[in-house]
Amino acid sequence: MSSQVMTAGNGSTTTSNDYILEVTDLKKHFPISAGIVFQRQVGAVRAVDGVSFHVVRGETLGLVGESGCGKSTTGRTILQLYRPTEGSVKFEGQELSTMAGNDLRQMRRRMQIIFQDPFASLNPRMTVGSIVSEPLQIHKIYSNKKERQQYVEQLMEKVGLNPYFINRYPHEFSGGQRQRIGIARALALEPSFIVADEPISALDVSIQAQVVNLMEELQDELNLTYLFIAHDLSMVRHICDRVAVMYLGKIVELGPVDEVYENPQHPYTQALLSAVPVPDPTVEENRQRIIITGDLPNPASPPVGCNFNTRCPVSVDLCYEEPDPPLIEVQPDHFVSCHRVT
Amino acid sequence: MGVILEVRDLVVRFYTQEGTVYAVNGVSYDLDEGETLGIVGESGSGKSVSSLAVMGLIPSPPGKVEAGSVIFEGRDLLQLKPDQMRLIRGKEIAMIFQDPMTSLNPVLTIGTQITESLKLHEGMSTSQSRKRAADLLDMVGIPDAYRRLDDYPHQFSGGMRQRVMIAMGLSCNPKLLIADEPTTALDVTIQAQIIELVKALKDEFNMAMIWITHDLGVVAGIADRIQVMYGGRIMESGSSHEVFGDSRHPYTVGLLGSLPRLDSSGEEKLTQIEGSPPDMHSEPDGCPFAPRCDIREHLNLEKCWVERPPLETVPNASGDQSHVMSCWADISEGVAENV
Repeated sequence: MSSQVMTAGNGSTTTSNDYILEVTDLKKHFPISAGIVFQRQVGAVRAVDGVSFHVVRGETLGLVGESGCGKSTTGRTILQLYRPTEGSVKFEGQELSTMAGNDLRQMRRRMQIIFQDPFASLNPRMTVGSIVSEPLQIHKIYSNKKERQQYVEQLMEKVGLNPYFINRYPHEFSGGQRQRIGIARALALEPSFIVADEPISALDVSIQAQVVNLMEELQDELNLTYLFIAHDLSMVRHICDRVAVMYLGKIVELGPVDEVYENPQHPYTQALLSAVPVPDPTVEENRQRIIITGDLPNPASPPVGCNFNTRCPVSVDLCYEEPDPPLIEVQPDHFVSCHRVT
Repeated sequence: MGVILEVRDLVVRFYTQEGTVYAVNGVSYDLDEGETLGIVGESGSGKSVSSLAVMGLIPSPPGKVEAGSVIFEGRDLLQLKPDQMRLIRGKEIAMIFQDPMTSLNPVLTIGTQITESLKLHEGMSTSQSRKRAADLLDMVGIPDAYRRLDDYPHQFSGGMRQRVMIAMGLSCNPKLLIADEPTTALDVTIQAQIIELVKALKDEFNMAMIWITHDLGVVAGIADRIQVMYGGRIMESGSSHEVFGDSRHPYTVGLLGSLPRLDSSGEEKLTQIEGSPPDMHSEPDGCPFAPRCDIREHLNLEKCWVERPPLETVPNASGDQSHVMSCWADISEGVAENV
């Protein structure tokens, strides 16, 4: 691993040694096929279309954007649940995109995922004990059944579940408790990096704080690194250290969370933040909203020029001609991809 | 301003194979003409069911409105016959649902769906109703409206479908619009578009509105008055400034404390409400929030388990009685700070 100071996406003090994850120009295109007998590819959905960022060990990086912007696909492509079309994913110094088979399986011990929907992501026919211990069996940790059960009980306790429920089935639990089961399963192999794919958006408001607090406690205790994928921008500000804003498969703005929220530079980030309601009528009465018109363009045929030009309130001619504005560092660590920002 | 809707002691239950679900357990409120009431609650709090009961849309069986009255312009809607109710529903009171994908009929063009109520309630001819439908679509911001009448719901995006739903709801100039989580399925930028649209249309049509949501941020921006529900009961109700600025019920306080805010860096830990939402298969003797209430625990109040607290007026400086809450503890006296 080189220790040279990276040019993209870091402060002056961190070196690449501190990076747990480095994603470079990652692309994931899903083919669109036509024809019944002779299938041929007629196009591609550019779900992720060239994203580069890094994650520093111990931090929480937020990945935000509207539905269809490619944030979940990015998370899954990093974990090689989808194989990337192009680009590189380096995890703890090792290239994952070319890795396969047993090597990749070994890497999976170090990186795990928590899914959005705690109703769909747990097998209804397995008990909590077998769900949480399955990763241990696959990786042949604890050959002794008794030790394994003890470890699972410890894990359950750690995530706030009563170990007494080890033989119960997922349907006997509420949404928040199920999400705790999902977290226990992700923690079973003692990973260093967890992709949390909208872990709280299916939960009730009063339960969301419970799960977020748990995730923060576990992070401190186990020195975890999170990639926190979410569309709830208020929660992202609370839990994340840095945030990347995605639009149509690309990162449009990236930086420390307070800096991005207080000083957003990209017109999309500005509109997105201004659209989030604040639970305070006095603030709401005096807020100026930037309402962007229209919908997200089809990612199978993105607009010519900058991706955001169909909805951008401040676009100029250049935005329709020149594609892919580069990520420019406007403040230390704060990157923006916009032709209007120089 | 006159009262347009008076709901009194509404009780709704569902008799299912797994047992009785006590969905709404005594809900009363008034709605003034032109007023926007925000009903806030988590899933299972009874917020949707209480509004469906107003519309006479509780599926029966298994549901049943067991008690109460819903007085709309002097008539008790719960006593009306189905064909009388049909003349009110869609004409006087309209409703927008959460999921525009499932609440539009996929095999009918949106023109057919909008003109249906115009023909039924206003007695318009096909050409008249199509012209009116195109005007409505134009008003809710759908470009090229007349041509799009012949499109099917799947040809519209989520935000556009919700605009179609709003156009349908407004087609007969209703006096009351009930919006049941109309923006929950939408992205925030589209949500902002829809909220701006509904606010503008509400003023134009001079409607009263009930906006049901679990998102406290949304109601803070749109509602004049807010009603917080939990376990099928009203916990607290008042003007939005009273409920957000001077919350008195432990549940409201806890809910607001558990929300991170966009406009603060949020270094401090979120205060969490312990436990899970109540099981609606039984009706508690006391306060439904008692098992999760840290105020009750702190003050060690036995009363909360055995007796249902009534909705009582919170005294305020202006002397009006709009701010009410249902709790045995009085947390205005610094109790909340000590917990």
